[in-house]
Amino acid sequence: MTELPDLLTYVILLPLATGLMLFAIDGVAHSAGGSLPPQIWRGLGLGASLATLVLTAMLWIGYDPTRIEMQFVAHAAWVPALGINWYVGLDGISLLLICLTAFLVPIVLVASWNDVGRSLRGYVFFMLFLETGMLGTFASLNLLQFYVFWELMLVPMVFLIGVWGGPRRVYAAVKFFLFTMVGSLLMLVALVAVAWLHAEQFGVWNFDLVAVPGSQVPALLDTFVPVAGAPWWQTQSWLFAAFALAFAIKIPLVPLHTWLPDAHTEAPTAGSVLLAGVLLKMGGYGFLRFAFPLFPVATVEFVPLFFGLALVGILYGALVAMVQTDIKRLVAYSSVAHLGFVTLGMFALNVEGLEGSVLQMVNHGITTGALFLLVGMLYERRHTREISEFGGIAKPMPVFAAIFGVVVMASIGLPLLNGFVGEFLILLGTFRVNAWVGAAATLGVVLAAVYMLWMYRRVVFGPVENPENRGLIDLGGREKAVLVALLIPIFWIGIHPETFLKRLHPSVRETLRVMEVRTVLTDPPALAEPDDVVRR
Amino acid sequence: MNGANEYDLLHWIPALPLAAAVIHGLCLGLWRQPLPRIATIALSCGATGLAFVLSFFALLALTELPAGSRVLQEGLFTWIGAGPFSAEVAFLLDPLSAVMILIVSGVGFLIHVYSIGYMDADAREDKGFQRFFAYLNLFTFSMLVLVLADNLLLMFLGWEGVGLCSYLLIGFWYSDEWNAYCGSKAFIVNRIGDFGFLVGMFLLFWALQDVGSGSVAFLELQTAFPLIADQMVQLPGWLGGAQWKLATLIGLCFFLGAAGKSAQLPLYVWLPDAMAGPTPVSALIHAATMVTAGVYLICRMSFLYAAAPGASAVIAWVGALTALFAAVVAIAQTDIKKVLAYSTVSQLGYMFLAAGCGAYGAAIWHLTTHAWFKALLFLAAGSVILAVHHEQDIDKMGGLHRFLVWTRLTFLAGVLAIAGAPYFSGFFSKDEILLSVHLADHVPGHAALYWIALFTAGLTAFYMFRLYFRIFFGESRMTRDQQGSIQESPRTVTIPLIVLAILAVAGGVVFGPSEAFIPIEDANSFGNFVAPVLATVHHEVERSLEWQLAAVATLVAFLGAALAYGLYVVRPAYPAKIRRLLGGVFRLVEGRFWIDELYDRILVQPLVKLSDRVLYRGLDARLLDDMVIGGTARGIRAAAADMLKFAQSGLVQGYLFLMLVGTLAIIGYLAF
Repeated sequence: MTELPDLLTYVILLPLATGLMLFAIDGVAHSAGGSLPPQIWRGLGLGASLATLVLTAMLWIGYDPTRIEMQFVAHAAWVPALGINWYVGLDGISLLLICLTAFLVPIVLVASWNDVGRSLRGYVFFMLFLETGMLGTFASLNLLQFYVFWELMLVPMVFLIGVWGGPRRVYAAVKFFLFTMVGSLLMLVALVAVAWLHAEQFGVWNFDLVAVPGSQVPALLDTFVPVAGAPWWQTQSWLFAAFALAFAIKIPLVPLHTWLPDAHTEAPTAGSVLLAGVLLKMGGYGFLRFAFPLFPVATVEFVPLFFGLALVGILYGALVAMVQTDIKRLVAYSSVAHLGFVTLGMFALNVEGLEGSVLQMVNHGITTGALFLLVGMLYERRHTREISEFGGIAKPMPVFAAIFGVVVMASIGLPLLNGFVGEFLILLGTFRVNAWVGAAATLGVVLAAVYMLWMYRRVVFGPVENPENRGLIDLGGREKAVLVALLIPIFWIGIHPETFLKRLHPSVRETLRVMEVRTVLTDPPALAEPDDVVRR
Repeated sequence: MNGANEYDLLHWIPALPLAAAVIHGLCLGLWRQPLPRIATIALSCGATGLAFVLSFFALLALTELPAGSRVLQEGLFTWIGAGPFSAEVAFLLDPLSAVMILIVSGVGFLIHVYSIGYMDADAREDKGFQRFFAYLNLFTFSMLVLVLADNLLLMFLGWEGVGLCSYLLIGFWYSDEWNAYCGSKAFIVNRIGDFGFLVGMFLLFWALQDVGSGSVAFLELQTAFPLIADQMVQLPGWLGGAQWKLATLIGLCFFLGAAGKSAQLPLYVWLPDAMAGPTPVSALIHAATMVTAGVYLICRMSFLYAAAPGASAVIAWVGALTALFAAVVAIAQTDIKKVLAYSTVSQLGYMFLAAGCGAYGAAIWHLTTHAWFKALLFLAAGSVILAVHHEQDIDKMGGLHRFLVWTRLTFLAGVLAIAGAPYFSGFFSKDEILLSVHLADHVPGHAALYWIALFTAGLTAFYMFRLYFRIFFGESRMTRDQQGSIQESPRTVTIPLIVLAILAVAGGVVFGPSEAFIPIEDANSFGNFVAPVLATVHHEVERSLEWQLAAVATLVAFLGAALAYGLYVVRPAYPAKIRRLLGGVFRLVEGRFWIDELYDRILVQPLVKLSDRVLYRGLDARLLDDMVIGGTARGIRAAAADMLKFAQSGLVQGYLFLMLVGTLAIIGYLAF
């Protein structure tokens, strides 16, 4: 299939462009003494996200799962002197995450259709802004461009939590902001250092991760990053550590996770869904796309540390989730456990582990997104999330209980539903590296059943004792539609994961191959003469 | 997949119940439009009945093949594939799975029919009827996948599916806190077993991949297994540092899974509580089919256990001790379903004892006869419970033989079968087990195992006849009002009882008697049918020995039954006296040795306390969040406020400014 060269760029920019346009029109209308009615904002916001979804579907259809190189590549000079370019492209890994993003945004817009009272315009704008930030992060192949998107994404998220959140929203927003900033500034330093090395070796600044197809210009992956014997800030270990800190905070790994329960609990439902569904995946994605291929020797050195942290995350997250009294906080801690699995699979550094890890990122996005939506629906009805306030919900809300049950089972990792496939591949990959770590992580599967079922039982089963629960209204059409949309991929991935794994096979192999090639790289390339360098 | 013996009807056997479950699920879950009662019945019973018919045709197709190569396969698509690993959605029919699908769909169909009558009388809330059948169909699908699966991973799918249905059906009347609790308990205890299943599976795949075999299908596993059969693994220092045979380790892992699903020591605790579910569920899931999945797993993996004598010995001993323990507890229970539940645990122990002694054929044969007579006993018990308006305490029954003629006769057939009355079905299977244990000189302490099994047989006869006499004989211990309204159950209930009773009485003689007792050629058609797929340890048997052992076992069973007759019919005052005499010992047995309470005290409570007080409140909230993170933030804010006067407005700006300055400084340093 012939590629539309700019399709990916359109996908990324469409939401933000719509948002800006809405603001411009609103401004014009304002100066004329009126304003755009909220329905228009809502409708066009949803329209833009749906259009993005359609364009993303075209990416999915047009993507050739047999090829290993980046597809839908677009490259345009931005700051040529420094090698900062608009450079986007997709492989299977980013394709899956971009589809997840484009899928979740319209869902949360529909889900929050009625519950945004104040300043709806800002809300729609920030959602669209956030979508562009997320899509851009997953598609960027230029390291500085990646950084820009990474930071851009932070702004709308902080506002979503800080303005539309719960009672402690400002505290949670600031905490989220500071945690992420600390990590990402170190990452900025490290990525400049890598480009510095590159400039030293090739005589030209370039932040492109991989070379543009057909071009001979060396990119960052051609750079030799020393293992030892260089100034400390040029060695793989230190650079990897700086990247890893940013990514580990985002994932988040224990003990850097304490921003997560607060951010999740205080964020509005839509914010929680996107935070868990997409933003937490940035960390894992960053490892796979940048940290692993750039610093393969350091990656291997750090495996024991990350295995340990992931394992602690799995068990600790599950045990702490077990004793939560707030459903949303419970789901937040369960994310810590699930993302522990994702990290574990990634650092297994084999095909099974990596594929399981990427698939589990998607799974977690869908399942935890659905859980947050379900909790949000309960909250809308009762204005509480305390488990003890509920009980016997299955009686007044049978459809809710049924869908909640399926999602809980998906989260527990029941075969035929999506969670199992990811967890299974991750554990399989981990066992191949270290059977003891694998066995310990398998305990997390047992604990997941404990905290999830215990919560489910206390909320859904039993007699209806609280009179306020007696008259609860079951899900309406809009709520059902949103949840059914999420159930489809839950079953699809569970029954036929090959649709998704097929697109991952070549990309994951390529990632591992690049790591291997770069591991045996022991010398910097002969310094190129300035004349030889092709200037763009 | 060798493709030689494709049989493309195979996938319809699980697909039919699945389709019915999906239709039910969509009607109930999304549209809130329950089907009319008759459509529900037609859909559910029809799907399971057709699955039985198809299973029968599949069996016929299988028997047309020569005895040594009876394998039919059907592959659908690749389920999970990554790197060298690939698991298919594919089905395998060999004599072992053929027996299982016939039990599952056959007994399953009878219980579907029974459920019509039972749930009509018992549906405590509207729409419960269709929901019940939806779960039953989903269960039938999962169980059929479990036994038909061509590889371990697909088997695990069925394995988890039946666990889910068990959870849903135990907690079927979810408005009752206790039922929901029992459902969750069953699922979680099973998950502990699943941990073993998963680890065993991973170890096996990992070891086989190392020797270059990436397939996970049973047939290929069996072929490749000899390559790793003698591999040793070094345990780490904190586990004793010994050299273990890999096969033993894997075998023990799988046995942990089997012990969870089949309610063996120490994971049996969920099964007695599972009786909170409707009685047809207890009969189908918690007696005839699902709980035997563990035995099926061991037999399916018999090629592995044949090379793992250590694991097999553990299985034999755990099985024997479970059989004895549960039989002892059963004596002192007064809830009719609890007695049957402990009896199931005990009988499953027998099956594991046989499998551990290498007599896989005997284990599967007992599994089959047990499916007949235990399903019968549960269904008959359900009929009693219906008749006495949901009273389950046998102390409040008595004298029911006048009212419940069919129920009583069929119940008696079940009791005689389980007690091992000569030429009843249980007689043949139990004797085969006793015989193989007697001969299993490769298992450490096999003589002790034999005596335990024999003693348990006596106990079994005693507590089953105690149950029978307490329900149907003696003075009625009910009020006059209650007695007046007792009547025999409807025909949808009694007909399945009669069919199962016929099997319990005559099934043994027809299908699988030992040739010592029915001296005709190929009399043991069942044993000869399944033998080729099992790695059974063979012994030469003298016919006279078989007769001797059978005579001893029958005598022991007779003594047990006679004792029950003496205590509960002839001298009904004695049991109370004995109870007083035994005092504390009796209370210990009656309280089921307080194992549940013990687990709660030493496992559950400490774990919750650790998580709440130490991990959550201590480590997470106090140490990490408040002291480390909060402290850093406060420190920086204080420093910023002191040193940099502009930071009056608080945290964000000051902190950000510091970071910005720092970053610029570092970039400046790098760029000179």
